[in-house]
Amino acid sequence: MILPALFFYLFAGICVASAVMVIASRNPVHSVLFLILAFVNASGLFVLLGAEFLAMILVVVYVGAVAVLFLFVIMMLDVDFAELRQGFLEYLPFGLLIGAIFLAELLLVAGGWVINPALVKTAVAPIPAGITNTEALGLVLYTRYIHYFQISGIVLLVAMIGAIVLTLRHKPSVKRQDINVQNARTKAMAMDVRKVAVGQGLQEPPSREAAE
Amino acid sequence: MAEFFASAFWTGFLWPLIVMLAQSVLLLVVLLIAIAYILLADRKIWAAVQIRRGPNVVGPWGLLQSFADLLKFVLKEPIIPAGANKGVFLLAPLVTCVLALAAWAVVPVNPNWVIADINVGVLYIFAISSLSVYGIIMAGWASNSKYPFLAALRSAAQMVSYEVSIGFVIITVLLCAGTLNLSQLVAAQDSKYGALGWYWLPLFPMFVIFYVSALAETNRPPFDLVEAESELVAGFMVEYASTPYLLFMLGEYVAIVTMCALATILFMGGWLSPIPFAPFTWVPGIVWFALKVLFFFFMIAMAKAIVPRYRYDQLMRLGWKVFLPMSLAMVVIVAAVLQFGGLAPK
Repeated sequence: MILPALFFYLFAGICVASAVMVIASRNPVHSVLFLILAFVNASGLFVLLGAEFLAMILVVVYVGAVAVLFLFVIMMLDVDFAELRQGFLEYLPFGLLIGAIFLAELLLVAGGWVINPALVKTAVAPIPAGITNTEALGLVLYTRYIHYFQISGIVLLVAMIGAIVLTLRHKPSVKRQDINVQNARTKAMAMDVRKVAVGQGLQEPPSREAAE
Repeated sequence: MAEFFASAFWTGFLWPLIVMLAQSVLLLVVLLIAIAYILLADRKIWAAVQIRRGPNVVGPWGLLQSFADLLKFVLKEPIIPAGANKGVFLLAPLVTCVLALAAWAVVPVNPNWVIADINVGVLYIFAISSLSVYGIIMAGWASNSKYPFLAALRSAAQMVSYEVSIGFVIITVLLCAGTLNLSQLVAAQDSKYGALGWYWLPLFPMFVIFYVSALAETNRPPFDLVEAESELVAGFMVEYASTPYLLFMLGEYVAIVTMCALATILFMGGWLSPIPFAPFTWVPGIVWFALKVLFFFFMIAMAKAIVPRYRYDQLMRLGWKVFLPMSLAMVVIVAAVLQFGGLAPK
């Protein structure tokens, strides 16, 4: 049983170290890269816990999509770090408050487990034996918690529509291509073939409207 | 010595570790040699379509061309631009290559021939392939030059877009098979109808979407906007030379073959024989697996040779306005058919 402990300390150590580097590194892009490293190591910890579905979803969603967008935005922004650091002391109380709340919650969870080890077994939806945790998640998510699941889906849908409404601008001056119109064009609509008599040229200039 | 071999440290830890390392090394060596010839095949197919001979100088019929290229790249001087962010610049090709190779840990090439037979194999491959965008973004940013940066922005948008439709395609297959394990996925396609029982036939529209999305996900032509030489010189690879460049090329081809292997497993029945009776079922499964992967690679190579490059806005339109609604609708249709047709697994 030395192997899981070894990997636990490896993943946990890198995770904490990279989390420190997220706030300590001077370059914002490096910060995001360290954040990604922290995510990947957290998913390694999930694998050690036997929660392989959560581990893979963490990588797919957070590392594969969310952090890409982070990186995308931070690479494009010109962040002035001297200016950012000026507000450091101002935000310190908030940071300390949030940190204290997290610490208290962690102590409550861990303390409850230390004082009464039987507490873990009183979970509302215990994992049934003999099935993979993907199935176990699906079984509670689509039966017991179906309403929460659907409400969170609707919240996400509303957020998505809101983001589109806020950013979508149809400027009349911008020319847009309609691929269906383009594909529906035929040779007769696009070309106007004429016989030109020598020395006379075209009698009237070809008009664009006539061609269309 | 005898008690050492009987100890828990040896039987429970060291011996499995040695076996696992040996298996990994074997897989990597076979894979890399196969990649060398697949790269040559790519160039030969491309040449044949254009009525050229292709590489034919090094070795008989040019068979040693890839190894000559390897030597050439390794022996050249690696150049790091003065303005580049050195650490990230060198990390990017390593990330690309390591991630591409890591995906092969869960690919079953024959019954029980797999290094890690994990429950969430499909998700693992999907996760790894969604990480491959980082190699390109890091290279583009660290190069500190405008063409690589444009390529990085393009690739981030392109790969994230097509991952969405690949995800839905995978979900339809998972609905039919009822498992996330790649070996069980292949076993679920085993029927007395042979090739007609595999998922490519009932899920044919998804098979087509997967093929096109795989092209876009691996930045292959006609979707190679990331390295479009007519607009971006060579995209994110502009500043790279010698071994780092080689790692990029290697990672790219390994990712392509991984996609071929994934298509083989999801749609073409993995190691199963297409004709389910005697002389054909005697052929080892790995031969069928390799043949199917090569067939899929041939289709990807032909797409490179005969299809002109897409324009970027057309690429985005295809991903978001055509593939996403189609695959989403297919998830609903497949789920409904399975549920109400009584075909759902288990």
